[in-house]
Amino acid sequence: MMGQPYKILVVDDEPDLQPLMLQRMRRNIRSGRYAFVFAQNGVEALVRLREDEDIDMVLSDINMPQMDGLTLLEQIPKVDPNIRSVIISAYGDMENIRTAMNRGAFDFVTKPVDFKDLRITIDRTLRHLEEWRAALAARDQLVALQNELDVASKMQQSILPTQFPAAPGYQVFGHMVPARNVGGDFFDVLRLDNGQIGLAVADVSDKGVPAALFMMSSRTLLKGAAIGQGAPGAVLREVNDLLCEDNETAMFVTLIYAVYDPATGELTYANGGHNTPLIVHADGSSTLLPLTGGIALGVMDDLPYQQRTITLAPGDTVILYTDGVTEAMNGAGEEFGTERLCEIFATTPPKDSREAVMAIFEAVNAFAGETPQSDDITCLTFRRSENDA
Amino acid sequence: MGLSNEWEWQDEALIAKADGRIDGTNAREFQDALETVIKASDKVMILDLERLSYISSAGLRVILLAAKELRQQDTKFAVCSLSNSIREVFEISGFDQIIPVHASLAEAIAALKD
Repeated sequence: MMGQPYKILVVDDEPDLQPLMLQRMRRNIRSGRYAFVFAQNGVEALVRLREDEDIDMVLSDINMPQMDGLTLLEQIPKVDPNIRSVIISAYGDMENIRTAMNRGAFDFVTKPVDFKDLRITIDRTLRHLEEWRAALAARDQLVALQNELDVASKMQQSILPTQFPAAPGYQVFGHMVPARNVGGDFFDVLRLDNGQIGLAVADVSDKGVPAALFMMSSRTLLKGAAIGQGAPGAVLREVNDLLCEDNETAMFVTLIYAVYDPATGELTYANGGHNTPLIVHADGSSTLLPLTGGIALGVMDDLPYQQRTITLAPGDTVILYTDGVTEAMNGAGEEFGTERLCEIFATTPPKDSREAVMAIFEAVNAFAGETPQSDDITCLTFRRSENDA
Repeated sequence: MGLSNEWEWQDEALIAKADGRIDGTNAREFQDALETVIKASDKVMILDLERLSYISSAGLRVILLAAKELRQQDTKFAVCSLSNSIREVFEISGFDQIIPVHASLAEAIAALKD
């Protein structure tokens, strides 16, 4: 159990102290708990401290030639801020004791030295030192973990599309702002066969690293299924069955997947437990996309997913989003809600998919004010051009 | 907030009550508390959501875990007394198709009795 002995630097100009200390502390030295090194004054003590990184604590007299104990106290942190110091002072010299404590001494003992008391003081100081070191180690671990989270966050952001397909007939734009550095939302825009475009927005239950991993696999499965299957209902069914395999943690993802066909203006979609998307028309009025009644993915396998098809009119903008938008809260504890989302465009209908996304983020930020963001916010818009007939 | 401490037996049914908000910040706590109730339950367990004002997907996940666990130990499970906004969350996520939802506690007890 016992590791290296604690190394204690004793600083005193009285030559008698060294043999006395070694004699009175012999049991603790023999048992391997303490080891002592000695210096005659502050200057010598600093040299010792610089040479020997293993010194754990300093026990120092106050009055010494060249550099006294109080000056030494000021210098020690410059060599090693984690060394703890105990001062030996004359009995009743409160002025020096106060000065020493104010300069960072951990404790003091008085002359003539009572060795029993000194042992207790040293042990108390070393215990404190151990706790301090444990706290430092925990902090370092936390910093390391934080760095890993930052990497995960960057990876996650990097898989979100930043280039969006555009054609004279339509535009797409998406954006996500995670609440913590690793989120559970994602969106995707896929170029499919025959010029069709796949659009997805998803929200994984919970946040943090486990949600991020689930999000990564959901997104990969979706991409694979979307390219292989085509029809949104069949895509959700396949992704759901794969997610249900070995899903011990009962994580799930709500996901809406839609395919737009530029040749017909038709949007076919299936919804796995996700918020109902909105269509904003050219005149600023909005309608909700009819529900398809699907269950969130990863909950139960072998489920059918219905799909529906609507035709987008020229100038229609489809808004896919996560509940981070509608459940954003203001200082009064009110939710942003679907009505406010519709109101954004009631008087100024979107002219452009990017502009629509930005308008939503601006409105949510203005509404939330200083209230911290508690959920990831994701928004993906698809606009059929006004002149596309 | 989360799971209320007051749970009660009505015949063979164990009734637990959720209240306040359940989101990412207290879902873990809610899960631990629910775990204790699940262990104590026997033939029927009902989660009364009358005083629940908000539930996030993290909270839904905990209820889903509970449903799965209860199914494994052959305990019948239902939720009841959902407010409009909570009912909407259950409907949108499709959870109402997996977990039986009843309008009132009395209705839930009657439905699970036999």
